[in-house]
Amino acid sequence: MSTNAIKVESASKRYGKGVVALDKVSFEVGQGELFGLIGPDGAGKTTLIRILATLLLADEGYAEVNGWEVRKDYRKIRRHIGYMPGRFSLYQDLSVEENLHFFATIFGTSIEENYDLIRDIYVQLEPFRKRKAGKLSGGMKQKLALSCALIHKPAVLLLDEPTTGVDAVSRQEFWEMLRKLKEKGIAILVSTPYMDEASLCERVALIQKGHILSIDEPKKIVSAFDKPLFAVRTNDMYRLIQDLRAFESTHSAFPFGENVHLALKNPIWPEAIQAYLAGKGHTDIEIHPAQATIEDAFMELMGQEEEVNQ
Amino acid sequence: MIMKQFGIFIQKELYHIFRDRRTLLILLGMPVVLVLLFGFAITNEIDNARIAILDESKGEMSREITQRLVASGYFLIDENLREVSEIEQHFREGKTKMAVVFPPDLQENIRRHLPAQIQLIADATDPNTATTLINYASAIIGQQLREQNHGQAAPMQINTEVKMLYNPRLKSVFMFVPGVMTVILMLVSAMMTSIAITREKELGTMEVLLASPLKPSLIIIGKVIPYILLALANTVVILMLGTFVFGMPVKGSLLLLGLECLLFVVTSLALGILISTRTESQQVAMLISLMALMLPTILLSGFIFPIESMPKVLQVLSNIIPAKWFIIIIKNIMLKGTGVGFVWKESLILTGMALFFIGASVRNFKIRLE
Amino acid sequence: MTPAITADKLTKKFGDFTAVNQITFEVKKGEIFGFLGANGAGKTTAMRMLNGLSRPTAGQAEVAGFNVYRQAEKIKRHIGYMSQKFSLYEDLTVRENIRFYGGIYGLPGREIRRQEKELTASLGMEGYSNTLVKAIPLGWKQKLSFSIAIMHRPEIVFLDEPTGGVDPITRRQFWEMIYKAASEGMTVFVTTHYMDEAEYCGRVSIMVDGHIAALDTPRALKEQFGAESMNDVFLQLTRPNQ
Repeated sequence: MSTNAIKVESASKRYGKGVVALDKVSFEVGQGELFGLIGPDGAGKTTLIRILATLLLADEGYAEVNGWEVRKDYRKIRRHIGYMPGRFSLYQDLSVEENLHFFATIFGTSIEENYDLIRDIYVQLEPFRKRKAGKLSGGMKQKLALSCALIHKPAVLLLDEPTTGVDAVSRQEFWEMLRKLKEKGIAILVSTPYMDEASLCERVALIQKGHILSIDEPKKIVSAFDKPLFAVRTNDMYRLIQDLRAFESTHSAFPFGENVHLALKNPIWPEAIQAYLAGKGHTDIEIHPAQATIEDAFMELMGQEEEVNQ
Repeated sequence: MIMKQFGIFIQKELYHIFRDRRTLLILLGMPVVLVLLFGFAITNEIDNARIAILDESKGEMSREITQRLVASGYFLIDENLREVSEIEQHFREGKTKMAVVFPPDLQENIRRHLPAQIQLIADATDPNTATTLINYASAIIGQQLREQNHGQAAPMQINTEVKMLYNPRLKSVFMFVPGVMTVILMLVSAMMTSIAITREKELGTMEVLLASPLKPSLIIIGKVIPYILLALANTVVILMLGTFVFGMPVKGSLLLLGLECLLFVVTSLALGILISTRTESQQVAMLISLMALMLPTILLSGFIFPIESMPKVLQVLSNIIPAKWFIIIIKNIMLKGTGVGFVWKESLILTGMALFFIGASVRNFKIRLE
Repeated sequence: MTPAITADKLTKKFGDFTAVNQITFEVKKGEIFGFLGANGAGKTTAMRMLNGLSRPTAGQAEVAGFNVYRQAEKIKRHIGYMSQKFSLYEDLTVRENIRFYGGIYGLPGREIRRQEKELTASLGMEGYSNTLVKAIPLGWKQKLSFSIAIMHRPEIVFLDEPTGGVDPITRRQFWEMIYKAASEGMTVFVTTHYMDEAEYCGRVSIMVDGHIAALDTPRALKEQFGAESMNDVFLQLTRPNQ
């Protein structure tokens, strides 16, 4: 198929008078692609996904899903997408089985007909199939919600923050499921505020304040970070950050786990940094070259954005 | 496919209703409690009211009237007083609600066919009861005098003109049953549907339903049908209680009554849907239902306060309250036994209202989130 | 120096179910301690016992030098609490929130006004004192609620998943505030199921099924499990077969 699974062209959306949720957003998701929408709360991820799910209309711009325009062909889109909203949106007082049966029926299909697609996910739920959805653990709820969104064999999956509030084990399992679904040819758009999940997508869009900072493969986004980067630690973290920011060669210094990630304006020897810190009275100084992460890249892009705005 | 979708939707709705045991219990129990409460506790009926007699005439007439008062079953003689000053004391102590004073010249005046007076003094701290007591007593005295005079006009200055049409024994339960029925139907239909729809919005499930191929009209119809059934079940329970516990008649056609109830239910449902299209949370939906629907239904429909005795403004306002027309209709059918010929005008008004509200809610229903 | 928190075989049972099973640990003064675990591992129950909100079934614990059985009310006065879900009243202004919390902890009016000025200045929020909290950006809200949680200078501050959902820069600014508080001697107790957050803590404990399965610095734990990140450490601990 030649059409894209999702195509958005300079879509904008405002709420009320002043709040700009989306500002001329454009991107495409190919057929069978696993695409991540990465950004903090309030970046516009939910608005964007709701526009694609035909639940909101953009003020300006154009959007289509599987070749159908979101305003005109909303009925066709609704029949062929699987949508999982940000909060758990199943019937808490219905059992696992009843929920699944309900959603299968309203999409004009049955559990048996498309069981193949959800088998891997549903087997984990099977022991609890008589349990009320409200009584499931967070990870199980997400699996049930995904099963319900998949039961009609959608061409495109729209998942709004499926891993928020879910523990690390369930998160990992969830991403494994998404990879398997992708292999079955389903295009997936998934949003997340967790930067570390970017590497699990084929391509990602980094989004901040309704604006896309960058769209690319996660590896390429990271490798676009071209400043020399060091991981630095000493005995006093708080003072270390202050001192590094005052250092003349410093481009940026941010706490990063147990270290401070120090990006330099120009390449210098680590010994120069060591000497500077020792002069400031730091002890136990450790300096290692560091590999940039998606968070480093995101912060760098945020910084550039702000410079452009000023 | 539509029928299947419809079927599963109603099934789901019934699961919600039956699994929320507490709400279900309230919905089914409330009509029973309300009818019994109005029927037994909150009543204007007089039953063995304690009265005091001050008989200064000590003649045949005063004795006969006293006996007749007691024989009616409405009154119980608390005490025979000796002088006027004791009356107030008795009222103060709360022993009696009414005193009957026979003047010394009563017997003499009657014999001479002169105007005679019997004084009825009531404790008007509770005006409703006082009025009723006076009315009953004067009716009984009037009857006694008529018999005495063999049908001639009574010469006494006591008003015996009390009319008690359709409800000859002044049974207030006959007034309350239609009223309670109206309130319950309004509550179940309007408030419960508006809450049920906003609950889906609040839980986010409406988002999933909207993003599915379900037609919006199907969502609405599927939502309301279970409540229509629940409302009609309540109607049956209320009517049975009225008939079997309080001996209230249903003189008119049951079929007509049923259809009119359905009409009112549909009107209320449309109101409920209209509310839910404009609200996002269950709490707001409930407040609006209570303030904008329940209060007018109770206060302005003629259920508790007679419309004729309201200020002009409220009388005009009462015309837009669906419950007013419904109460007129069912009182006519139940108490007077009238047929469709006498209620077609009110039914037409209700139908008009129903269509208007349905139209407004269809216009307001959003196929998207905003 | 006495530790900020000591727990000795602290246990909580609900009927037959043991939510917290004999946990023993110490948190030093001025330490940033990560308290990790999956949903339902017993984190919240353990934290409630330390906060004086829930009475332990067995074991001993002292918080800020006070006994959790006998001096729960004193504990509450000497700790601060901030959760990602609830901290500030959205329908009150920034100033009203500050005054409300200052009032709860019995700070004198002059002190509250001084802190209000200082706090809005240090967060770069001058001119926003009369803005409703719901109208300020999420990043500000989190920084503000942390500042308010430590307004009364508690010895220990409990943070419940503090940085979920904020952008990476705000997140780091938030951690800098935590480092600053710790460098001034405040003890910080962070509960989270988000392992990325654990990397920022001095030491972490990982709860699995009601007991503490591991306790050390993130670096030592990563070495011990041959893992690249705390996330991998956690996965190994909770899914040992894979």
